Amino acid sequence: MASHLFCGRVNLNILREAARKDLREFLDKCSGSKAIVWDEYLTGPFGLIAQYSLLKEHEVEKMFTLKAGRIPSAAVKNIVFFVRPRLELMDIIAENVASEDKLQPRDVHILFVPRRSLLCEQRLKEKGVLNSFTNIDEYILDLIPYDGDLLSMESESSFRECYLENDQTSLYHAAKGLMNLQALYGTIPQIFGKGECARHVANMMLRMKREFAGSQTQILPVFDTLLLLDRNVDLLTPLATQLTYEGLIDEIFGITNGYVKLPPEKFAQKKQGEGGKELPTEPKKLQLNSAEELYAEIRDKNFNAVGAALSKKAKIISAAFEERHNAKTVGEIKQFVSQLPHMQAARSSLANHTSIAELIKDITTSEDFFDSLTVEQEFMTGVDTDKVSTYIEDCIAQKDPLIKILRLVCMQSVCNNGLKQKVLDYYKKEILQTYGYKHILTLKNLEKVGLLKPQSTMRNNYPTIRKTLKLWMEDANEQNPNDISYVYSGYAPLSVRLTQVLARPGWRSIEEVLKMLPGPHFEERQQVPTGLHKKRQPGENRTTLVFFLGGVTYAEIAALRFLSNMEDSGTEYIIAATKLINGTSWIKSLMDSPEENLP
Amino acid sequence: MAFVTANWNPLGDAFYRKIELYEMGWNLKDGLRDCLVAAAPYGGPIALLKAHNRCSPSARPQLEIFSSSGLPLASFPWKSGVVKQLGWTVSDDLLCVQEDGTVLVYDLLGGFKRHFSMGNEVSQSQVLETKIFHSPYGTGVAILTGALRFTLATNIDDIKLRRLPEVPGLQGAPSCWAVLTQDRQSKVLVANGSHLFVLDNTACTPVTPPGLSPQASSIVHMCVSFSYKYLALLTDSGHVWMGTSNLKEKLSEVDTKIKAPPKQMAWCRRPKSQQPSAVVMWDGLLLVVGECKETIQYHLDDDSILVPELDGVRIISGTHHELLQEVPGACEEIFKIASMAPGALLLEAHKEYEKESQKADEYLREIKEQSLLSEAVRQCVEAAGHEHEPETQKTLLRAASFGKCFLSNFPPEQFVSMCRDLRVLNAVRDYTVGIPLSHTQFKQMTIQVLIDRLVYRKLYPLAIEVCRYLKTPEYQGVSRVLKYWACYKVCVCVYLFTPLLYSNILYFVLFLQLLFNKVALNLSKLTPYCMPSCMLVYTVVMYLKNELNRGDFFMMLRNQPVALSLYKQFCKHQEQDTLKDLFNQDDDHEELGNFYVKASYKEQRLEARIAHLQSAVDEYYKAKNEFSAKTTEDEMRLLRFQRKLEEEKGEQLVGFSLHDTMTTLLSVGLHKHAEQLYKDFRVPDKRFWWLRLKALAEKEDWEELEKFSKSKKSPIGYLPFVEVCIKHHNKYEARKYVSKVTLEQKVKAHLAVGDVEGAAEAAIERRNESEIGTVLSRCSATTDHLLVERLNRAKATVAKK
Repeated sequence: MASHLFCGRVNLNILREAARKDLREFLDKCSGSKAIVWDEYLTGPFGLIAQYSLLKEHEVEKMFTLKAGRIPSAAVKNIVFFVRPRLELMDIIAENVASEDKLQPRDVHILFVPRRSLLCEQRLKEKGVLNSFTNIDEYILDLIPYDGDLLSMESESSFRECYLENDQTSLYHAAKGLMNLQALYGTIPQIFGKGECARHVANMMLRMKREFAGSQTQILPVFDTLLLLDRNVDLLTPLATQLTYEGLIDEIFGITNGYVKLPPEKFAQKKQGEGGKELPTEPKKLQLNSAEELYAEIRDKNFNAVGAALSKKAKIISAAFEERHNAKTVGEIKQFVSQLPHMQAARSSLANHTSIAELIKDITTSEDFFDSLTVEQEFMTGVDTDKVSTYIEDCIAQKDPLIKILRLVCMQSVCNNGLKQKVLDYYKKEILQTYGYKHILTLKNLEKVGLLKPQSTMRNNYPTIRKTLKLWMEDANEQNPNDISYVYSGYAPLSVRLTQVLARPGWRSIEEVLKMLPGPHFEERQQVPTGLHKKRQPGENRTTLVFFLGGVTYAEIAALRFLSNMEDSGTEYIIAATKLINGTSWIKSLMDSPEENLP
Repeated sequence: MAFVTANWNPLGDAFYRKIELYEMGWNLKDGLRDCLVAAAPYGGPIALLKAHNRCSPSARPQLEIFSSSGLPLASFPWKSGVVKQLGWTVSDDLLCVQEDGTVLVYDLLGGFKRHFSMGNEVSQSQVLETKIFHSPYGTGVAILTGALRFTLATNIDDIKLRRLPEVPGLQGAPSCWAVLTQDRQSKVLVANGSHLFVLDNTACTPVTPPGLSPQASSIVHMCVSFSYKYLALLTDSGHVWMGTSNLKEKLSEVDTKIKAPPKQMAWCRRPKSQQPSAVVMWDGLLLVVGECKETIQYHLDDDSILVPELDGVRIISGTHHELLQEVPGACEEIFKIASMAPGALLLEAHKEYEKESQKADEYLREIKEQSLLSEAVRQCVEAAGHEHEPETQKTLLRAASFGKCFLSNFPPEQFVSMCRDLRVLNAVRDYTVGIPLSHTQFKQMTIQVLIDRLVYRKLYPLAIEVCRYLKTPEYQGVSRVLKYWACYKVCVCVYLFTPLLYSNILYFVLFLQLLFNKVALNLSKLTPYCMPSCMLVYTVVMYLKNELNRGDFFMMLRNQPVALSLYKQFCKHQEQDTLKDLFNQDDDHEELGNFYVKASYKEQRLEARIAHLQSAVDEYYKAKNEFSAKTTEDEMRLLRFQRKLEEEKGEQLVGFSLHDTMTTLLSVGLHKHAEQLYKDFRVPDKRFWWLRLKALAEKEDWEELEKFSKSKKSPIGYLPFVEVCIKHHNKYEARKYVSKVTLEQKVKAHLAVGDVEGAAEAAIERRNESEIGTVLSRCSATTDHLLVERLNRAKATVAKK
């Protein structure tokens, strides 16, 4: 069920098991049949920890979504609320509880995820329902194992909270999550970081460790290094269109909590004999992770290399099926049959991905996609970034999706270290006139987080950064990559370059560039008890945990995986992030459209 | 009591004594050799940086901090640059002056506090020598740079860098220099060979010490007394010259007969003493010089350092800690051999009394006859204060108490307060605390400062005991200590893991309830620690919100950026109006503007909406945000226009963007109104052309479109016309515009309408390889056989060139 967590270098299933154990313990605290009332936001992240079957084993009979009014009727002994500590949710809960049937009292419990809060309890008390709860507990869910080498906090708005609203709760949770991780995988001896938030998280970790001094874990450290990176150190990468297979799936269809929903048409006609039936209207939902052999193979490839990989795979599979003709003896046939389920799974997997690839290809071969990519690449190479781009102008005139426009304008601003006031005002005016004045707040948000800014008197330092860190590689090889730049067909993500340089030859070689990027860079060491020092075998790789505060893209993950697999890299990477993002979801999280707040 | 005088040495008219304060608790392998050492005056902490002249840059020396008794307070590896000098501030903070002029400030438990720079000039020419000094204005730093210039900051808490004038004729580092505080100004006294100069803000004045012995060709060492009143100079001929620091008066000159340069020199003079005296230290030798020709010599076993104090010199070595001082008058009177001073007689009388001998009466009579009994009591009390051994203190105080019995109307205050002081002093001198204050120093320092120092060392219970014992007023004493203690505790607790944290919030709130009425709690001390746990901050904020009146509450928040931003978040969701008040208080017009904009969208009625927007405009102007103000005015204008048109034409428009409004107008044929908007809002031509083009195509009003295309030269070219027509499946109309398309886009246009031949024609004409390629890819080999051949030929010719 969680086989995808075993395949990495670090067994992340330990983390998942620990989380499941906590959940079971809590569920058993409320004895008897129960119904769970979900804060809808939590269902996705919980799905990564436990399927319905686990809940069922512990007598969960019904599940509802948290809504105002009455809880739908259910013949259960317990009602359990799974909620985030938000005041607005408390009001709903209070309403739910107050309208419970007084004649048939049921036990009511509340489980706060990830932390309980006095403020919320205060609110429940004000509403006069606090005493109705049999259990008030918390379920610490900070870092959720997402894949064999990937952890996510699944915290949607952490970038917005940290950089726009100055609310560092998510950083506190990140630090807690890292402490928890260290309790399971040993103290991480070296911590590097770049950015204000990174500094903050490291400070909290060190302090927590000091408070914890007595109860050192006696575990051999699994990780050698932790690298904390602020998203605002590299604002450029998420803005660019990802060109890996997985990245494009995310860009075009959106992956949430490890699942993607796809238009069903392409998947329908495969079943024979049902040709006459009408097309399904429900979108096709697929889980995407490295447990699927084929997906693991192609997910990080540049999309232009996926077609070849798929056709190669197709040949192998059909060859495998052909084998049956060679099977002569009973033993051989038996062996063939035993492989059949695996082969059939591989075939359906191939069919699925061929369909997805076709869907993507329709888009990537379109002129629109090509034009927009060309402009992106021009910006990244520093062509005409100081002028109004006619392409953007035309896009606005044709009222293309606003987020597309914002991504491009922000990218131009980032690549030019701010736009000339005249250019910036022009874009702003065009956007406001075309998409509505209400977006003025969104534009202000983008300015606050630094995605849009007027040019200061300082020199544009982006070209220096680009050259020093080799962010643009002219001859990116998409088929057989030799550099991380293949993930964006030329652009090497800045964040991953920083990671790469840190491993070799070290940050000292790029001091100048580090100073140009926002926030401090630092190094901390944590004492590891003697006897727990790792004795590295010759040729054994180091393991580095890279933590992206404010989100990471699939293309960046692909680039880090590429580095892990490089023959002489010497370092393997595990990736953690507050959230998996792409340019669209990221910009969306920063938008402010007041109309949505209408009652 | 012969033993009291055992460590006394006569020098001129006075005696000097060396008292052992502590046997050091530290365990230093090589003593103080090769260490940078700094010991704070008034029995303060000692900082030690081993091997500061590190050989390899990777080696990280350890910076250690000890109490005066050698107990470790902190220790951490030094990771920053090369340290030139360590020193302590008046509030027990450690200053580490680096080679590049950066000064790092740590608290006495090794916590980093801040850093500051001594200026560009210093960082460029590097630090040669540094002196850290104390003045009535605080702690100062003086730096001699590699360029042989002095830079000085008198108070590090309020840094004003002063660069002093150049010293004439200075070729290399001066032989010695010192910082003086005179006439409310810090000056530097520099010796260059036999020449002496005083540097102040404006000038460099040569000076001559009166009566300096003529054999001297160079001044090799100098030191200034604790009070900055006196100056001692040591010459290369081995003479010590002592005089006032204004160089007007010579007090004495003594020949030490040692010509080697000393390691350190310090004044050793107690206030009100008649005799000037200084201590000079060489390797293995310590010399006390005074007014007379003789000197006192002490042998030193170990590398030591001298720490000048108000009333003596402390000598710290790898193993011991001693105090060298002139024997105070009262002690001398009482303990001097064969002294007949009243105090001495009273002490003797008490001794006999204890032995139950009648001699007690005789001694007593003798004092009484001279009517000096009150003088005798006073002497004994005073002497007790100067004695270090509790036993001696007790003996003297008992004698005083005995004498008091025979006096009527003797005021008790002196005796009582001395008893109290001594109890406190003995407590802080204790090995575990390690603050070896003398009574004179204690009086100078004041009890307030002593309590602060105990708090810095986190000795909260002792501090509270001291306050209670000395009956310090509550607000200065116990409450203040409790406040520090609570802040510290809460800070620690915040980080304990969840269950604990949770109960500590409750505890913390309780604590606030207890304290808030009495002490203005300084939340800023808390917030750096509270930052991570937002819930804690929330809890505190919510508590305070109920507890304080609104004005005070807002004022308090103002200084708490984290609390403030969290509270704003809270208000955004829960109390919109409070948010407005908050912005108002801060004069945050920009945010107020945003607030009104948001509010405007919540309004259903147009008038209310416009009213909100007007408020926003006003705020944006106040915030000097012209763009936002103008934009919001535009928005209002558009809303009014939309309403008017809605009323006149019945078209649903309010809430549409300008673009959508114009599109709607064009699609229903209200071209004039659209034109008007285009002009009023200064819509760029290009966008308006796009807009009209799309709207007309949408309506399939091909006739109007053609008219429009001919109205004037299209600012967007004619390719969009072709493409939009194709999008609406009208090849016929599209063809009309192909001929108008510019040369560069012709191929594209031809291809768009499916005219491969035309495209081929255009591509060949333009001799563009990639365009030929594009056309080729659109040809099918079977039907366009000839065309393909032509194109290939053209491609080959182009490639050749």
